[in-house]
Amino acid sequence: MMRFVDKFRDRDLARRLAYTIAAEARPEQTYTLMEFCGGHTHAIARYAIQEMLPPVLRMAHGPGCPVCVLPAARVDAAIAIAMQTDVTLCTYGDVLRIPGCRHDSLLTAKAAGADVRIVYSPADALALAQALPGRRVVFFAVGFETTTPPTAVVLLDARQHGISNFAVFCNHVLTPPAIAAIFDTPEDDRSRPCLDGVLGPAHVSTVIGSDAFARFPRDYAMPVVVSGFEPLDILQSILMLVRQINRGSAEIENQFSRGVTAEGNRIAIDLMAQTFETRETFEWRGLGFLPRSALRLRPEFAAWDAEKISPPPPAAAEEPHTACACAEILRGRANPADCRLFGAACTPDTPVGACMVSSEGACAAEWAYGRARRANEKERA
Amino acid sequence: MSRFSGPAIDWENGRIDLSHGSGGRAMAQLIDALFVATFDNDFLRQGNDQAEFAVEAGRMVMTTDSHVISPLFFPGGDIGSLAVHGTVNDIAMAGATPVALSCGFILEEGLPLTDLRRIVLSMARASREAGVPIVTGDTKVVERGKGDGVFINTAGIGRVPPDVHVGGDRARPGHAILVNGTLGDHSIAVLSQRESLGFETSLLSDSAALHGLVARMVAAVSEIACLRDPTRGGLATTLNELATQSGVGMSISEDAIPLKPEVRAACELLGLDPLYTANEGKLIAICPSERADDLLAAMRGHPLGRDAAIIGRVVEDPTHLVVMETQFGGRRILDWLTGIQLPRIC
Amino acid sequence: MCLAIPMRLVELLPQGMALAEHDGVRKEVSVVLLKEPALDDYVIIHVGFALSKVDPREARATLDLLTEMAAPGTRPA
Repeated sequence: MMRFVDKFRDRDLARRLAYTIAAEARPEQTYTLMEFCGGHTHAIARYAIQEMLPPVLRMAHGPGCPVCVLPAARVDAAIAIAMQTDVTLCTYGDVLRIPGCRHDSLLTAKAAGADVRIVYSPADALALAQALPGRRVVFFAVGFETTTPPTAVVLLDARQHGISNFAVFCNHVLTPPAIAAIFDTPEDDRSRPCLDGVLGPAHVSTVIGSDAFARFPRDYAMPVVVSGFEPLDILQSILMLVRQINRGSAEIENQFSRGVTAEGNRIAIDLMAQTFETRETFEWRGLGFLPRSALRLRPEFAAWDAEKISPPPPAAAEEPHTACACAEILRGRANPADCRLFGAACTPDTPVGACMVSSEGACAAEWAYGRARRANEKERA
Repeated sequence: MSRFSGPAIDWENGRIDLSHGSGGRAMAQLIDALFVATFDNDFLRQGNDQAEFAVEAGRMVMTTDSHVISPLFFPGGDIGSLAVHGTVNDIAMAGATPVALSCGFILEEGLPLTDLRRIVLSMARASREAGVPIVTGDTKVVERGKGDGVFINTAGIGRVPPDVHVGGDRARPGHAILVNGTLGDHSIAVLSQRESLGFETSLLSDSAALHGLVARMVAAVSEIACLRDPTRGGLATTLNELATQSGVGMSISEDAIPLKPEVRAACELLGLDPLYTANEGKLIAICPSERADDLLAAMRGHPLGRDAAIIGRVVEDPTHLVVMETQFGGRRILDWLTGIQLPRIC
Repeated sequence: MCLAIPMRLVELLPQGMALAEHDGVRKEVSVVLLKEPALDDYVIIHVGFALSKVDPREARATLDLLTEMAAPGTRPA
């Protein structure tokens, strides 16, 4: 059955779908579609989907990469935690190189002697805490609603088994408020994008359900199609959006019906409600402070809350490099190639902004896949 | 059996301690009973600090490699066999015939002798199968905590046949690019042993001595321009090195790159790119395009080249880019490896 | 990080765990987030946890639908 994955990557079917999109997209109209999720950004770049689309249809990248939107101040706080001599900080791999305010990172902290370890699952961090009773093991939790339920499970396990040398530094963020923030940007703000539709994230939706996005068609007259990650999923979803736009409708549609339901994963939602509560506000790199957009541990879990055990210093507002276009890019208003720093001061080896740090960030994806296309276009010109 | 008297070595329960590195009797006994006895050749039996031999006039190559892999033992090999294969292969990548190897051990206090013996036996077997003797060596011991069990350095020398001219700067536009088999096997086999990653696979490391394959290739196609083994940084990084050295670009096809389904699956699971993972027992060959089919046939006729494939060609490009046509029809620039992949695979 | 790949459950293990498999690679994953996990279920795995099942019939239906939506074998523009 898993040859189905291959079928969703069928090149021939992709070309035929692209042809249909080209035929149905009206030449006198423009279609700007935002793909929210970093996984989509990566897939669109890897499979060169933009190249298959007609010129009137532009994909705009959204802020759906949790590594990209983690602000420097939170990285600094993690570094401070890691530098404590009795702490072992566990983190996902991508997070290691995110720059803090002083251009350091967890990677440089590790070289300076901090005990920083890469894990693939929060369960690994908990297991490490059990294996190292003399250490305080702190898990650096990042991610949207796809990644949050595993952290919840592990916290409940820690409490149930009385594992007291384990803590979570919680930076989980929420998808619908981030999308709303983009639409709520005032009309005169130059970073406000002009969007016609949204490609909704598939894996987040397996947890929160496609109904979680119903308010966008309702409140913003914005069509939303929850899309899978394979190239055919993305192309089919784009076609569904084009059709909605053409008939002037704004609905929530679920293209990823093989994995997503309207109500989502109730078990996961309940576990998250048991362990987390919503913060009043939280800073997003490139987007500023967004209300009710992130999670923290509930008071009952204070004993496992790294922020309560070693409160981070008050966050200074981040001052991005003046030429860094991440804010516009994260809102879908600019493309990586529009940024003066792209490929010059800002490269995957020397990232300046968030969009270059993670392999799913728009700039990193453009670096890996887009330069070949643009070199090609220059040749032909 | 050791020529040196003293308490018998406890191979089952004994450990390396600082006396094994001090130059005294315990060290001499260990060297004699383990290294000299196992590697078993006249050079070592002479008991000198050097190995003396005569060579024919001609071009020689010399290379060295240090091995710091963790864990020490993995499916399909260990640090010992890796150390032998790695240096034999570096010689072979010059198109040269390996003549002799040296090996230096840095042993951590506390290393179980049973592990050390297993490693040395493995090296001896690899050396014997390759037909390349280990003629001289060195042993040092560092305190507990200052080494990761064992680090091994091997150096080697080889003789280049007169009509062979292989070098990283000899790739030319129009040349064909070939590999001798599937990529990524070694890395995934090693990573499957890292408990923190928690996955299993039946993959074995493909670490192997390639000089026999290379000899066959060179005999069939003397015009081979480049040979290199894509170890750290993987295929993509190695192609970038060659492109820069030769002042050319490269165009490869994702469809043509041999990959086992398990490697693909494990990479997807771990978020790794099989084009950037370290390989062992693999080589890249570049030759004039009109000889590519002959070279491919020669490779496929050898056990270590059964899955050989032509994966692309060298092109004119002043920017020295390595560009890949993806399975889906897009194009992707394969840059040098950025930052780190996972540490200590070779 | 949005890495979430479909794998098949080949063995159910104690304490809410299961062995999942894809193309010869096997991994122990947690299935506590699933309602009634069963052998041979296809699931989406993310950071070591199964988040939801993949319904093969829906997959088939989606493929059929998108094949219908795709233009007949014409050369793309």
